[in-house]
Amino acid sequence: MNFLQVLGHTTLKSLAKLGRASLFFYSIMTVLPYVFMRPKLLIKQIFSVGVLSFWLIIISGLFVGMVIGLQGVYTLSTYGAEASLGIMVAASLVRELGPVVSALLFAGRAGSALTAEIGLMKTTEQLSGMEMMAIDPIKYIIAPRFLAGFISLPLLALLFSSLGILGGHITGVELLHVDAGSYWTQMQSAIDFYDDIVNGIIKSIIFAWIISWIALFEGYDALPTSAGISRATTRTVVNSAFAILFFDLLLTAIMFGST
Amino acid sequence: MNTKFTEILVGLFVCTGIAALFFIALQVSNFQALQNRASYTITANFENISGLKDNALISMAGVPIGRVSQIQFNAEDYNAIVSMRIDQQYANLPTDTSASIYTAGLLGEKYIGLSAGGMEEFLIEGSVIELTQSSLVLEELISQFLFNSSDK
Amino acid sequence: MISIRNLTFSRGERKIFDNISLDIMPHKITAIMGPSGAGKTTLLKLIGGQLSPDSGVIMVDGKNIHQLSRPQLYTLRKKMGMLFQSGALLSDMSVFDNIAFPIREHTQLPESLIRTVVLLKLNAVGLRGARDLMPSELSGGMARRVAMARAIALDPEMIMYDEPFTGQDPISLGVLVSLIATLNKTLHLTSIIVSHDVQETASIADYIYVLSHGKIAGQGTPKELADSDSEWVQQFMHGKADGPVPFHYPSDSLTADLFTY
Ligand SMILES: Nc1ncnc2c1ncn2[C@@H]1O[C@H](COP(=O)(O)OP(=O)(O)O)[C@@H](O)[C@H]1O
Ligand SMILES: [Mg+2]
Repeated sequence: MNFLQVLGHTTLKSLAKLGRASLFFYSIMTVLPYVFMRPKLLIKQIFSVGVLSFWLIIISGLFVGMVIGLQGVYTLSTYGAEASLGIMVAASLVRELGPVVSALLFAGRAGSALTAEIGLMKTTEQLSGMEMMAIDPIKYIIAPRFLAGFISLPLLALLFSSLGILGGHITGVELLHVDAGSYWTQMQSAIDFYDDIVNGIIKSIIFAWIISWIALFEGYDALPTSAGISRATTRTVVNSAFAILFFDLLLTAIMFGST
Repeated sequence: MNTKFTEILVGLFVCTGIAALFFIALQVSNFQALQNRASYTITANFENISGLKDNALISMAGVPIGRVSQIQFNAEDYNAIVSMRIDQQYANLPTDTSASIYTAGLLGEKYIGLSAGGMEEFLIEGSVIELTQSSLVLEELISQFLFNSSDK
Repeated sequence: MISIRNLTFSRGERKIFDNISLDIMPHKITAIMGPSGAGKTTLLKLIGGQLSPDSGVIMVDGKNIHQLSRPQLYTLRKKMGMLFQSGALLSDMSVFDNIAFPIREHTQLPESLIRTVVLLKLNAVGLRGARDLMPSELSGGMARRVAMARAIALDPEMIMYDEPFTGQDPISLGVLVSLIATLNKTLHLTSIIVSHDVQETASIADYIYVLSHGKIAGQGTPKELADSDSEWVQQFMHGKADGPVPFHYPSDSLTADLFTY
């Protein structure tokens, strides 16, 4: 009895939240054109969302690539196939690790900051204050941040993959003496521009959409107390991570499943 | 934070991102090969192409000279028609060039290897390669081997 | 200017307003008083259209504010200034930009003119020298005054002050009290002050409503209220600890609480 009640209550609450989140998303979409007319707002947000995540992404990408380079050589040399290292490094980065790992890092770095910022603005009545000045906070505060995430994450993912491929070159070719020519030419012959790279970019665009939506909504919907904000921030990181991994599975099945 | 400084950094950020895209497109993938570089297309009929895919490499003496652009099935003679796009710079392939399907390594990708003949005339757009050698199918080889040995 | 009829509003189970009606006269200072938690801020948010009543009508400037479309509501809000309890300054802009913000958003004025307007508004609250500070560098009292300058930035017809006097030192308190009175007179504003500071509010208000337990417990000019024969109003106006309003949140008696285990 009690269990059923809890279950019902939780379900209803989740549905209500999903409804609010959808309305929130819809209102962002309706004001998006406005953001293009105010590039200053957008630039400021690309700075705090994208530029401030730059070093984290660059360094992580380089290190992940270096590790794949090492592991790849150890594994491939068992089959005498070190020449395929380039394929292994590039395919795993461009298709999976680039979009997914940079999205996870982005959720932790930029997503949590967005939630906390919006939540704090709500707590300090800045959002209400704007409304009373007849300025729509969705238009002025939320939409530019949404669009900034949308632009930044795909670029960050590309940077991550590029640095990873260079990292693989450093460990595989420079350190463990895999032939540089086969590292690059095998890579080039195996990686398809549309199938691999464009699909990877589509993935990171979808991840950007998910993270920005979750982060902004959690901040906007947070209880206006310090405990409320801290819980909302945690939810942003956890829910984004789940959503990224789930959608990655789904997208991979759709994109690469047929071949 | 100074607005101008912010704007410059954002500009740099977007530029590096786009540079990364170019790097990946040109240095990592076959994007260059997909570009409409001057090329001509020839075809070849194979009895069996098992495992050959679009975009597979075409090489001559180990040098990549083009890619498979299309694979079709010919309903008349039940053969596969493979269209090959060859770089224009390799326009001097003799008409009696032969094509074989090989595997890179034991388990690797299939590719087409061309070997030049001795004719004075060259293959041009739309030419058909007559001499072809199909892909080796491991199962057939094995059954042939078993069949032959039981014959004795 | 504003008339509220049969307003009922609840938060969860609790009725914050139970069928109240009141009127705000144009060009006058009307005070709404009541103890903390009485729902004063809530009332301002209802008037501003940020919350919707369960039942009842709020007419602002002849329009039912809860039946306006969003653009109409926004047009009406441009005529309302609101001073939030916390100031609600945008934390990522300087004082100057905070005040310029609504002007930049709602008018096409050239930047030179905006500068003039902003400096005049800041001068009115005595903070012209603080224009380059960030909100985090202001004291609570200064933030309130900046917020006041922002509230009058668009030359509204009415202005709502949420607890303007709390947390002010005696000097700025005096300044604020006279500032509200002067602004009201010189700009022909309609002012609503929400407060529980009896002395200061009574000194400038033309009319006072006292809220308690979701009802209007008393109303009248400051003088009428001071002489009111309602015991409750007497207690509130004179700040007595004993009276019909208990100081303690409802509980068992102290002895019962301390000695029951
Ligand atoms: N967002 C909210 N959710 C639930 N209850 C609230 C909320 N805001 C205010 N309340 C409750 O409404 C009552 C009135 O609040 P408020 O109008 O802020 O009082 P006042 O401004 O008179 O001190 C308080 O009991 C408060 O707990
Ligand atoms: Mg209040």
